[in-house]
Amino acid sequence: MDVLELCRIVLLALLLGCAVTVNLAKSLLQAVIIFMAYSSVMCLLWILMESPDLAITEAAVGAGVSGMLFLLTLKKLHQIGGKDGEEL
Amino acid sequence: MKRTFQSWLEGDLDLLSEIPDAAEVRNLSRRKLKDIHKEERSRIRALPVTRRVARLERRAFRSWYRILAVGCCMALLGVFLFMTAHVTRYGEENPRASEVADRYLAHGVEETGAINAVAGMILDYRAFDTLGESHVLFTALICVMVLLQRDSKNMRPDYEDYFRIRQEWYYPTEQDPILRRVGMVLGPGILMLGCYILLGGHLGPGGGFSGGAVLGTGLVILASALGDETVDRILTGKRFRWISFVALCFYSLAKGYVFFTGANGLENHIPKGTPGAILSAGLILPLDIAVGLVVGCTMFGFYSLFRRGSIGGQ
Repeated sequence: MDVLELCRIVLLALLLGCAVTVNLAKSLLQAVIIFMAYSSVMCLLWILMESPDLAITEAAVGAGVSGMLFLLTLKKLHQIGGKDGEEL
Repeated sequence: MKRTFQSWLEGDLDLLSEIPDAAEVRNLSRRKLKDIHKEERSRIRALPVTRRVARLERRAFRSWYRILAVGCCMALLGVFLFMTAHVTRYGEENPRASEVADRYLAHGVEETGAINAVAGMILDYRAFDTLGESHVLFTALICVMVLLQRDSKNMRPDYEDYFRIRQEWYYPTEQDPILRRVGMVLGPGILMLGCYILLGGHLGPGGGFSGGAVLGTGLVILASALGDETVDRILTGKRFRWISFVALCFYSLAKGYVFFTGANGLENHIPKGTPGAILSAGLILPLDIAVGLVVGCTMFGFYSLFRRGSIGGQ
């Protein structure tokens, strides 16, 4: 089997794994981190599919900005860190 | 049923309040769960008839809710799988679907002047889509501003010491030595990479949207590593608004000119340049910069508004 083919299969398996485990994650923080991992895997897959434009965007937006916005939202909803009961 | 619905509509009835916590249910033994159900049934029987009916309806709703939820998911899954079965396979030729793509690939360089066919497509052939996308982002930013911005005009009196509390509430990231060092090393590099992706969009992979997102991320890293005040000095609220406004207006006017001349068969006075040079591809480079500025500002604006409720300080 071709090395590229093997890479593709492994990445696709990882993608499926991420997609399933994000539903089973115990905490929202875990879910966000798995979601960012999903985007990173997808970024590699875009490169394998010869679309570097999409890969750059996926890495910047999927794994970077949207993950950060999710984390900030969790912070606002008091799901991670911070003190409880503060209404800001 | 009608009354239940009405009380739900008015917010008096919380249908989800009686659904037990999943973790709680898992910890209970089967026998105990049976007891709870029996108890609830006897409690319902003891109620007056009208409330009894309401309670039974709620129970029915609860069981239906699960069935419907699973049903909806299954239906959507079926539709998606059905659609996927009709998509062209990866790497397979489909003459019907690739008519437009063939045209773009064959005449893209001479018609748009961009070596990167993707840039030529999204900022020339399909520039109207990109115009809409930038406006969508800008509108989203405005909505977040409306919801989250807190300044002197938009603050409840009891939030007067909001900024002091905020400082205590959030971990002061700029005091973390590891984050500070890493941010000082990574931040400028990421900003440079963002500029490169932005400016080289017509020559290689990249372009306005991805470059802008990288620029925004670089600003976020700098803001968390060096403190919000440091970035505030470069990107004040006024500059932020002006950059977004001018970039969007420039995009709309420049593209409006091209749409006007193109639709009416008039001569277009924007030079294409030699394909491959940095100053080439007509309007694509300036449009890339405009889109990149809007996207970068939006990303950083989201971060800033989510984190502290203002862009560029007070």
